[in-house]
Amino acid sequence: MRKMKAVHSLIPVLVFLLIWEIVTRLELIPGHFFFPPFTVVIQEFYRLTANGMLIDNFLSSLVRVLIGLSAGSIAGITVGILMGYEEKIHKVAHPIFSLFYSIPALGWLPILMLWFGISEMLPIMIIFICSFFPVLYNTVTGIKGVNKDFIKAAQSLGASEWKVLTTVVIPLALPNIFTGLRLEAGMAWRVIIAAEMVAIPTGIGALLMRAESLLRVDIIIVCLMVLAVMCLSFERFFIYLEHKLTHKWRQYAQH
Amino acid sequence: MPNIRLKNINNFICHDVNLEISDKEFLVLWGPTGAGKTTLLNIIAGLIEHKGSVLFDGSPVDEFPVYQRKAGYLFQNLILFPHLSVRANIAYGLRVQGEPKSKVKSRVNELLRLMRIEHLVYRYPRDLSGGEKQRVALARAIAPSPEIMLFDEPLNSLDFHTARYLRTEIHKLHRELGFTTIYVTHCLEEAFALADRVAVLKNGRIVRTGFPEDIFKEIDCKAIAKNGFCDCHQSSRNSAAQIKLENSNILCYSRRG
Repeated sequence: MRKMKAVHSLIPVLVFLLIWEIVTRLELIPGHFFFPPFTVVIQEFYRLTANGMLIDNFLSSLVRVLIGLSAGSIAGITVGILMGYEEKIHKVAHPIFSLFYSIPALGWLPILMLWFGISEMLPIMIIFICSFFPVLYNTVTGIKGVNKDFIKAAQSLGASEWKVLTTVVIPLALPNIFTGLRLEAGMAWRVIIAAEMVAIPTGIGALLMRAESLLRVDIIIVCLMVLAVMCLSFERFFIYLEHKLTHKWRQYAQH
Repeated sequence: MPNIRLKNINNFICHDVNLEISDKEFLVLWGPTGAGKTTLLNIIAGLIEHKGSVLFDGSPVDEFPVYQRKAGYLFQNLILFPHLSVRANIAYGLRVQGEPKSKVKSRVNELLRLMRIEHLVYRYPRDLSGGEKQRVALARAIAPSPEIMLFDEPLNSLDFHTARYLRTEIHKLHRELGFTTIYVTHCLEEAFALADRVAVLKNGRIVRTGFPEDIFKEIDCKAIAKNGFCDCHQSSRNSAAQIKLENSNILCYSRRG
C-alpha cells in the first residue's frame, strides 16, 4: 500500500521531467533562456560531484545550517520554555523579542558583516537568528497552551514545579515545538543560500552566483535541485521525529 | 490518616466556612451547582488562594505547596495525561516522588488488579471508554497512598449502571484503604449512599452538617426533584415527581407512579 502510494506520487514528477526533456530537445524554449534538457543537468550533476566541487560547497552549506539551526533551535526552545512557563519572564522578554522578530533574517546581514566580517560566523549567525525566533514563539505558544488542569493534576500527585515542567508541560508542548522546528528546517536552507549568494564565497549559494556569471543554467539548476532536496529532507526529518515521539498519544493528522 | 479542619475559610466564592472532618471519615459535600463545592476541595488541595486556615491533624498547611499535602484528587473531568499510557498514568505519582522502580511496578500491578484494568495497561487515554478512564483516574489518584482523598463529582458523566458500580468501588476503597475522604456531589442519591456525614453547601456557606438520614428528613424532596438535584441519571431526574427514603435507598417516583 505504502509502495503504491510512493509510486503514485512519483508519476507526476516523472511526467514533468519527461515534458521538460521533450520541450528542451525540440527547442521550444527560446535560446536566450539557456534552458538545458534534464539529461544535461543530470550529466552536470555527475561532473560536479565527481570533481568534488558540488560536495565541497554542499558540505560548507550543510555544516553552517546544522550549527546555526541547532544553536538557534536549542536557544529558542530554552528561552521559549522559560517565557511560556514563567509569566514574569514573558512580560519582560516578549516586547523585546517581538520587536526583533519582525526584522527579516537577511536584514541582519549588513550589521553582521560589520561585526563578524566575511567569516564562518556570518552565515551561522544568520541561520541562528532565522531559527531562533520562530522556534521561540512556537515553543511559547505550546507551553502556554498546555491545559492548566494537567498541571493541577500533576501537582496533586506530588510533582514539584520542575517535575511538572519536564514530565507534563514540555511533552504536551512537543507538537507546537516541532511545528517551529519543521518550518525553520526548510527556511534555514533558503536563508543560507541567500546569505551565501550575497556575502560568502563558499557554499551552494556562492556556487549559484558563480554559475550565473558564467551563464551556466545547468549548474544553477543542479544547485536548485540540491536545495530543494535538502529543504524537503530536513522538513521530513522533523516530521519523522515528531511522529516517533508523539504518534502514540496524538490523533495524528495525515501528512 | 489526618483529620482536617477548615477555619474561617474565605475567598471569592466561600464565606466563613468552618468544618471539621474526622480521621477516616467519608464526608460528602452536597449542594447545587455553583455552591462552592469544588472551590472548597481546591482550597484543601492547595490549588487556589484563600483566607483562613486549613489544618491537617491540627497543623496549618496553608503554606505547603500542593505536592506536599499528600492529598489525592480525583477531578471532575479526570484529567488523565494524554501522552502517558495507562500504566504510566497510574505510576506517575510514585515516579515523581522518586519511589524505586521495583516499588512502582508492584504498586501499579496491585492497582491494576484491584481496579480490574489489567487489560488496559498499554492503552492511551484516547482509547478508553468513560468508565475505564474513571477507573484509571481513581487508580492514579490512590497510587501514592494519599492520606486524604478528594473526589470532585467523579461519576457525573457516566451512565447509571457504571456510576453505581464505581460508587460501590469508591466506598469499598475508602473502607479498605482507610483514607479520610471528602466527596463532592450534587446528587442526593450518591450523597446518601456514600456519606458517613453530609455537609450542605449553599452560596459558598455551609448551611448544615449531619448524618445523611437527618439531612434527608429535613430537605424538601419535591423541590429537589423539581430542581434536578437528584440527577445521577437523567431518566429519574426528568420523571421524578417525588423522592423518598425507603430501606436505606433513595427512590425516585415518576409521575406515572
